[in-house]
Amino acid sequence: MPLAYYIGLSAVMFILGIMGVLLRRNALVVFMSLELIFNSANLLFITFASYYQLLAGQIMVFFVMTVAAAEVAVGLALMVEIFRTKNTINIDQMSQMKG
Amino acid sequence: MTTALYIILAVVIVGSALGTIMSRNAVYAALYLALNFMSVALLYLFLGAPFIALVQVTVYAGSIMVLFIFVIMLLGAERLAASENLRGQRFLAIALGVVLLAILGTVFISRAELTGIVTPPTAVDFGSPRQIGTALYTQYWLPVMITSMLLLVATVGAILLTRGEGTSIRDNLKRVDEKEQADQEE
Repeated sequence: MPLAYYIGLSAVMFILGIMGVLLRRNALVVFMSLELIFNSANLLFITFASYYQLLAGQIMVFFVMTVAAAEVAVGLALMVEIFRTKNTINIDQMSQMKG
Repeated sequence: MTTALYIILAVVIVGSALGTIMSRNAVYAALYLALNFMSVALLYLFLGAPFIALVQVTVYAGSIMVLFIFVIMLLGAERLAASENLRGQRFLAIALGVVLLAILGTVFISRAELTGIVTPPTAVDFGSPRQIGTALYTQYWLPVMITSMLLLVATVGAILLTRGEGTSIRDNLKRVDEKEQADQEE
């Protein structure tokens, strides 16, 4: 398999994630798009770990996954709290610092 | 054989990513994302990373997606009005995304050292749980400790954030007691 195939797939996934962040109004879907971006970066790490036969890339993906899990936990807690105060998670409504 | 497998997986991955960002219902988006994670995990298996593939399935497609779906159902936020406040935002975002993809493509193509062939690792135990575990707990012990602290802090932070204002467990219990008494009096 040429290396470019994997890099291309990762790039397409990254762009789709960015599009999701830019286009969607639902904060939860924006969050999912962030996960897509993480996933594309992870795919690139694994690809190069396989390409150079080095374990370091896989270890890095492991740490990215743990940090992503922590980020999702805190982010979803924030989402619940925002929904409680504003009754919406439309990101257009989150325009003021003081709820 | 391998090329056919790759093409099938790539189509599923790109299609499910498109589904994630385009479906109107957030629950469908979450399910598409789970499909995306599963197919990327298959690609990891293909690339000689069995442990990471299974971690991806359990952590991402399992727990994180359950968390997402839980929050979506809890908030009842699966359908939100799609109001476009910025004029021409969709067109601009898609155009700039295509431009970014083109830039990435030209950069990758122009770099000669990226034209290699990925072959799955020849060593049988490459990326096995034993190898990953040995590396994690010897060479990378400090990052493991730091991420464990990070997970702990994130857990405490999530609990603190969702606790609500001024509601301690004792207050809640008192409220339940009062409600029960009121019910009995009726």
